[in-house]
Amino acid sequence: MPPRAKAAPAPTPETQPYWDGAAAGELRIQRCTDCGVPYFYPRPVCPSCGSANVEWFTASGDATLYSYVINHRPAPGFEDEAPYAIAVVQLAEGPRMMTSVRGVPATPEALVLDMPLRVAFERRGDVSLPVFTPVKESS
Amino acid sequence: MSNAGVIIAGAAETDEVGRLPSTSTLGLHIEAARNAVADAGLTMKDIDGIATVSAPGPVQVAHALGIYPGWVDGTGVGGTSFLLHVRHAAAAIRAGYAKTVLITHGESGRSRVGAPPFRGDPASPAGQFEAPYGTLGPTTTFTIPMLRYMKEYGLTHEQLAYVAVAQRQWAAKNPRAMFRDIITVEDVLASRMVAYPFHLLECCLVTDGGGALVVTSADRAGDFPKPPVHVLGTGEASETPMISQMLDFTESQMFRQAGQRAFAEAGITTADVDHLMIYDAFAHVPIYGLEALGFVKKGEAGPFIAGGNTEPGGSLPLNTNGGGLSYTHTGMYGMFAMQEAIRQIRGEAAAQVDNPQVSVVVGNGGMFATSGVLVFGKNPRS
Repeated sequence: MPPRAKAAPAPTPETQPYWDGAAAGELRIQRCTDCGVPYFYPRPVCPSCGSANVEWFTASGDATLYSYVINHRPAPGFEDEAPYAIAVVQLAEGPRMMTSVRGVPATPEALVLDMPLRVAFERRGDVSLPVFTPVKESS
Repeated sequence: MSNAGVIIAGAAETDEVGRLPSTSTLGLHIEAARNAVADAGLTMKDIDGIATVSAPGPVQVAHALGIYPGWVDGTGVGGTSFLLHVRHAAAAIRAGYAKTVLITHGESGRSRVGAPPFRGDPASPAGQFEAPYGTLGPTTTFTIPMLRYMKEYGLTHEQLAYVAVAQRQWAAKNPRAMFRDIITVEDVLASRMVAYPFHLLECCLVTDGGGALVVTSADRAGDFPKPPVHVLGTGEASETPMISQMLDFTESQMFRQAGQRAFAEAGITTADVDHLMIYDAFAHVPIYGLEALGFVKKGEAGPFIAGGNTEPGGSLPLNTNGGGLSYTHTGMYGMFAMQEAIRQIRGEAAAQVDNPQVSVVVGNGGMFATSGVLVFGKNPRS
């Protein structure tokens, strides 16, 4: 049986700028121009105040590790990586998003909550997928 | 708001729960429906309202039973849907839209006979923003908040494991429970890791089964073979379609809001609750439920359970059928939580607690996505 592919996102018109940003190596999210609150996931209305006056901007790419699991029952395409971490990170701008943490073992010892992370990108099907890597201690 | 009384007049599960490879999902609905209608001493001709989830959905279930209802509710928000159906049925009965509502659940969750396929839509928000990171069902998503809770409140792996230990003590008293052997914290922590920090014994079963309810107005309370179970209060709330967007990983807003609505309608406080069911797809869910409804303060639920307060002989009997962890969990467990609360109020539970007057059921749908909370009573509201 051929190896199964990992799930790949299918962008919609409302989310296309996010995926275009990822393809350009930028983490683009939205904020409300009326109340100023940044938000994720992409949608055409501010979840804080209901305004449709929203804009895209490029987030800093800085985040911290909010929570995670280390999954031992792999999803299709992830068989060679199990056990692997499925993480939720908190962006420096406030919103949270699910992601993968690369460049670090998937162990409780290596994955410490609140550790600083920075966005990176990897190919997935036709899109570029935001992932995060630990920020190295400055020397 | 009219608050005329509503009762559960009939309640039953399928003849068996567990491994039922010779019955389809629709067949389980039908068996549960027939059992519940018979429990109420009625026939299908007496039913004028129907509620269930898709698939198979209320139209299919009604038609299979020969019912042509004048009120239909297909609310499908996961395992708590049936609690919402009770709430919606209560409103419909008060409004005069229906007199006798049948709520059914059937699910071939383990054998998957005539069960809908699992589908993920890659264009949905979850398909775009969660699935690409390797999620695969509830074990990989419902579980994600826990490490944050553990860091914030110091809950230990042993305390999380003890939730399964406490519930197994109830299951040991229930001949219908799939798992009945007493277990220890060491057993739980030695079971296979599924999604750290969750071991196999901290995850629910996957079974086949069904259950159904007959809901009607309290002015008919004397018309049925079984003593009525009064619906004293109901609440519902939704929070998030994706676990990554749960507002605070250390508390469940939906549990809190649905609970407040149900308690306010019933006019009760936690001190009035004699028996409690909290949907336990995983061992952490009762912890979030106990805290959200105010039975304990934030951060105290783990020690509260580990201190023996919810097990046999404790002050707050919790998940007395053994729960989704040990009794049964078809995928949408809420119906079974209600069935146990009703058995306890009627005094016919396998692990019967001492004459409970008020039982509360806390339902979960999706991954902390939607909640229904019900307050059942032996007597009408005073």
